[in-house]
Amino acid sequence: MKAPSIDEILEPKLQFVTGNEAIVYGALLANCRFFAGYPITPATEILELMMKYLPILEDGYCIQMEDEISSLAAIIGASWNNYRTMTATSGPGFSLMQENIGYACMTETPCVIADIQRSGPSTGQPTKAAQGDIMQARWGTHGDHYIIALYPNSVQENLWLTIRAFNLADKYRVPVILLSDAAIAHTRERLKIPFQKEIDIIKRVPVTIDKENYHPFRTGYTLPTKVPEMDKFGDKYLTYLTGLTHDWKAYPSTENAEIHEQLVKRFYEKIADNREDIIIYEAKYIDESDIIVISYGISSRTALMAVEKARTKGYSVGYLRLITIWPFPHDVVYELSQEIKRFIVVEMNLGQIYHKIKEHARGNCEVDRLNSIGGNIPSPKSILNKIKSARLSDEIFE
Amino acid sequence: MKSSSELRKKYLREDLMPTMFCPGCGNGQVLNYTIRAIDDLNIPQEKLVFVSGIGCSSRLPAYIEADGIHTTHGRAIAFATGIKVTNPDLKVIVFTGDGDLAAIGLNHFLQAVRRNIDITVICINNETYGMTGGQLSPTTPVGYTTTTSLYKNIEFAFNLSFLAKAAGAIYVARWTTAHSTQTINSIKKGLQKRGFSFIEIISMCPVNKKQFKDPTENLRFFLDNTIKYSKKVLDETSARVFNDYNECFTADYTGKIIIGEITDIDKPSFHDLYHNLKERSLNEFWNTKGE
Repeated sequence: MKAPSIDEILEPKLQFVTGNEAIVYGALLANCRFFAGYPITPATEILELMMKYLPILEDGYCIQMEDEISSLAAIIGASWNNYRTMTATSGPGFSLMQENIGYACMTETPCVIADIQRSGPSTGQPTKAAQGDIMQARWGTHGDHYIIALYPNSVQENLWLTIRAFNLADKYRVPVILLSDAAIAHTRERLKIPFQKEIDIIKRVPVTIDKENYHPFRTGYTLPTKVPEMDKFGDKYLTYLTGLTHDWKAYPSTENAEIHEQLVKRFYEKIADNREDIIIYEAKYIDESDIIVISYGISSRTALMAVEKARTKGYSVGYLRLITIWPFPHDVVYELSQEIKRFIVVEMNLGQIYHKIKEHARGNCEVDRLNSIGGNIPSPKSILNKIKSARLSDEIFE
Repeated sequence: MKSSSELRKKYLREDLMPTMFCPGCGNGQVLNYTIRAIDDLNIPQEKLVFVSGIGCSSRLPAYIEADGIHTTHGRAIAFATGIKVTNPDLKVIVFTGDGDLAAIGLNHFLQAVRRNIDITVICINNETYGMTGGQLSPTTPVGYTTTTSLYKNIEFAFNLSFLAKAAGAIYVARWTTAHSTQTINSIKKGLQKRGFSFIEIISMCPVNKKQFKDPTENLRFFLDNTIKYSKKVLDETSARVFNDYNECFTADYTGKIIIGEITDIDKPSFHDLYHNLKERSLNEFWNTKGE
């Protein structure tokens, strides 16, 4: 029986759906054809919907694994069959995935991991939204490495950033973490589903060199970037991959400091060289403002409401929303810090991005913060009060 | 039959020779048996993917001129699952050891057996953590002294082949590195089965598990002290039969290794059933769409 096209399944039109559904639709439109996952609140619906749709699609497969460790392992393995692959989880599962996130970084395997954040640490409050995994996304696995993390703030943006996550993963051969939270995951909003022909798909750097001269971690042949060309299992290029430090031939090199440094620095460089392509953010009213409220994800929505309210009351306040969380837009923060008096960082944790803002404001302006944990989205009123009041000084969370 | 040098030229990565394995290690023998099985079956090199975790045995894929993926500790079978599910045309072979498979990776092993993923897992069981210096593993027999059981091991060992059988593996065999023909035949059989096949090979670690004077004596033990698998040994919880556990602590008693084909059955593989599932899902989709 003929497999339907993605448009036949999604029937592009306006829908009223949850954030988790939008992630699934985005993934399917981006040609994700393998998903492996493990049930966890508040991400479970992603696995359920993938189990519904992927078998219907040509070459589509979905498997429920025994835990989050094996889920990520399975999608990394499948990625080497030239599949766009994905898993989805929440904090406790994301902690378990850290081991294989390091492996994906080391073998430069494209994959997408959606982390639908909930209150932690540990089991915490499974149904409550949080933004506590911001630093874990960047530094959860051991050793020097780089990842990309994106954070949408609406159901519609969940769809577009999921597609973007797959494109960045393939373009830079890196795991991409799609951060979301329980609030957006379970909020129903208007979603405009596009036709697949409207979607830009960015492919992996193909192998164009002949077999005799091919080496799995050679860079600069097909394209002049620091991203290696990628073959697939089952083709004529016989590739060996290892989590050990390896040279450009992929041969293990466990004693040589120079080879290790070259390899790991390249993980940084391939991202750093392309910051302009990777980093996106949303700025409003930032020109000639004295105060800028910085937020991301669900809390950025109340932050914007507060900023707009404050402006009607005559406060000189602007709004900056981080969309790419990692790599961090440090130059934007530094430039703004020279123009303004105070940043207010609004986030649903006890201060994570706050520290990055302080680092890159370099003492040019005050950095204030508004934190909310336990699932409460900071209210526009509390943010407005923060805009009106002086900087909070308490040393506990500094 | 092809000579060793012909096989070596065809299947091994010469620039990585010599291997990192210690003199007397059984890993080289297992590599030899595996290559011979593959060559006998004429499996094209491009269709092979070798998957491994962490440990000495997991270093094997590096030496083979084929696709290979040396993954994280214990997770090889989970990686293999993703590879095989999305490309059923590939022949996926997992090399693992007793620490990798039976300690950190036991759950992934049993779950893949349960799903009947069509892969062949070759477990080189030397009953110790060789790479880290000879610590206690889940298959170390009771009464052994290791670097983490200085006063003799008091934990009973896993019988991995029996576990695989109990979880539903369609083909299971256990041999030692001294049983070349039997091992080659079992690997061939496992590779031809549609579903999860498990070949356990009892091996030695002459450097970090010095039970015997030299590797020759160890091989002689493998040849002389075995007992053929039968209904009589069904209840054994470890790979070895002991008459009296007290003797393990009081004397240098090594028991007898249970060898043979443990199971050989047929049932639909994950891939066969997934194919049917796809058909069902499509039927349902078009039926609903038509309404």
